Amino acid sequence: MTEMSGADMVVQALVDLGVDTVFGYPGGAVLPIYDALYKHPTIQHILVRHEQAATHAAEGYARSTGKPGVVLVTSGPGATNAVTGITDALMDSIPMVVLTGQVSTALIGTDAFQECDTVGITRHCTKHNYLVMDPERLGPIMHEAFHIATHGRPGPVVIDIPKNVQVATGNYIVPEKIAHKSYRPQVEPDADAIAAAVAMIAAAERPIFYTGGGVINAGPDASAALRQLVALTGAPVTSTLMGLGAFPSDDDKWLGMLGMHGTFEANMAMNRADLIIAVGARFDDRVTGRLDAFAPEAKKIHIDIDRSSINKIVPVDLAIVGDAGRALDAIIAGWQDAGHNGRDLGEWWRRVDGWRATRCLDFPEKKEADADIMPQRAVKALFDATRGMDPIITTEVGQHQMWAAQHFGFAAPNRWLTSGGLGTMGYGFPASVGAQIAHPDRLVICIAGEASLQMNIQEMGTVSQYRLPVKIFILNNEWMGMVRQWQELTYESRYSNSYSDSLPDFVKLADAYGWTGLRIDNLGQLEDGIRKMIETPGPVIVDCRVAQLANCFPMIPSGAAHTEMLLQPSDVTGTMDDEAKALV
Amino acid sequence: MKIKTEAGERHVLAITVDNEAGVLAKITGLFTARGYNIESLTVADISSDHALSRITIVTSGSPAIIDQIIAQLDRLVPVHSVTDLADGGAHVEREIALVKVAGSGDKRIEALRMADVFRAKVVDTTLTSFIFEITGTSDKVDRFIALMRECGLVEVGRTGVVAIARGAEAV
Repeated sequence: MTEMSGADMVVQALVDLGVDTVFGYPGGAVLPIYDALYKHPTIQHILVRHEQAATHAAEGYARSTGKPGVVLVTSGPGATNAVTGITDALMDSIPMVVLTGQVSTALIGTDAFQECDTVGITRHCTKHNYLVMDPERLGPIMHEAFHIATHGRPGPVVIDIPKNVQVATGNYIVPEKIAHKSYRPQVEPDADAIAAAVAMIAAAERPIFYTGGGVINAGPDASAALRQLVALTGAPVTSTLMGLGAFPSDDDKWLGMLGMHGTFEANMAMNRADLIIAVGARFDDRVTGRLDAFAPEAKKIHIDIDRSSINKIVPVDLAIVGDAGRALDAIIAGWQDAGHNGRDLGEWWRRVDGWRATRCLDFPEKKEADADIMPQRAVKALFDATRGMDPIITTEVGQHQMWAAQHFGFAAPNRWLTSGGLGTMGYGFPASVGAQIAHPDRLVICIAGEASLQMNIQEMGTVSQYRLPVKIFILNNEWMGMVRQWQELTYESRYSNSYSDSLPDFVKLADAYGWTGLRIDNLGQLEDGIRKMIETPGPVIVDCRVAQLANCFPMIPSGAAHTEMLLQPSDVTGTMDDEAKALV
Repeated sequence: MKIKTEAGERHVLAITVDNEAGVLAKITGLFTARGYNIESLTVADISSDHALSRITIVTSGSPAIIDQIIAQLDRLVPVHSVTDLADGGAHVEREIALVKVAGSGDKRIEALRMADVFRAKVVDTTLTSFIFEITGTSDKVDRFIALMRECGLVEVGRTGVVAIARGAEAV
């Protein structure tokens, strides 16, 4: 125990917890902590241009490293600006600790300058939050907060620290061992459930693995275990948007992503399977499509660290609460102990191959050099050009995100950073900043739409300041493409407010920030443009002009089943009824 | 298009939580945010060191919804335990109401007579009023209040339900 100021305790705790990077923005109510940081050069502070970007950068850091992201913002607007990123982290289970300044304790509740009820506002968008009223509580709370953010299902934790608590002195207390008095998530799976799962998998004729972000959160070993179990059982694998990378996309067991913009083979296999093994996935509405038609023939095993995810949307036959990696390891051990060789799944694979033969991700395109670039082609070209470079890919939200998910292949976890649950436009660019900070020598590319990018485009200044070699690859179709697509399919092409009017000249914008700006106008320029982007040192923004009215297929329309996919534009007929319109 | 709602059965949940600021808001906020119903809620400190509170919530929903409510509550950091008292067999439920009745003559006498039938106690009286204290199930309290409406009822305060499982076991 050492006597020090609250602000010094905060920084000392960060050092003790192994934090190397903090994303933040100063302001009146956190000045004491910023002053303490000034004296601690071991912690790198990344000065963003908007607090929302600090939270997404912290998410990018966390998702690409597996370590918690740390954010430091001031009271009032600093805290409220962080709320979107905090909610994003909650929805996508990203470990994050957000330190917010607060007005002095005597001023709390008086509508003081830059006061807001931060713990009240963030109560339902955090895993947990604290208002620290006594400096001697700072040590234990800081350590407990990191424990809660990273254990069980990861998530964001907010610590709100009044300014006088930062200035006051007290003893810095480091808890010996964090054993929270009520929060003790179940990590080890139940042995009987594991045995039952092994028997169910061994007996299945048409099994499929449906995996999600939980496999990534469980660490690289969990991805390795998934690969091993798939190899042992011979079953096909599909994944949610958040789970991409846990299983290699070039493996012949890989069916691609499932769900609304998933592949025909993944969705058909889910529909016809007799056993679904869900691992760290939560049966999101984008995945299931119409619930009463979801996987009607399948028994379901659900492995999840969060008990409340089980039976929330889809009733399952066998629940396994625990860490995805440990559960997969236990199933592998059980499988090997029982001496299973796996059934002959030849008939099942013949059916899967039949669905694959539709080649659902193919798209019509012209091949001439002056032809418009199809956005799918742009993503494929980017994937081809970066093979072997092990890039980290972030995305914004919209059509470009789905095209990236469909056409960019991942061989390993922690390379794919995207906003899945909350679907936050403005996530991808700051997330790429966080990923690049964590991996200074890696190729980090943000695949963006011209509309989403503008939601946090101010971070170009952050990139310039820290000389980060981030590459932004804009699929510029001059539309909020996904909105436009839905208006076309659902609202008889009444394009209400979905045109990206008054766009900046992205090349000149790059110049203004000291970046390199490139423009790609047609198919003939695509490969050269991408090569130039990769070869140019420092940050690069690529304004890749793509076919404006391309739609993202395949697609399960609102209120439809997995078997009712639209594979191409000509499948679209008529307008939707109100029931379908109301289902997002 | 009409929005459909689903009916469900009544459940009594006993929730043990850290006795800290904001915990009740977190619990009630979970119910509103996820569209669950709260029919009654009571909360009080129950430990000698003032570290724990017990919250009793009466809610309703289908079995799947009740299961989800319990799972959602259970994963909150300050929640120690959640017990569905309707689940494990018999339990005892009680509620207290303070019922103020004003009037004179026959109605005043009738109110006193019915209070006796319901084993309600008189805890305050003036020449023109009584305050009755009644303890029992919510159903019994409802029936007493309904009768008092005919006898000059002017004000009611109710605690909401507290409940505990029968037998020697603790939750």
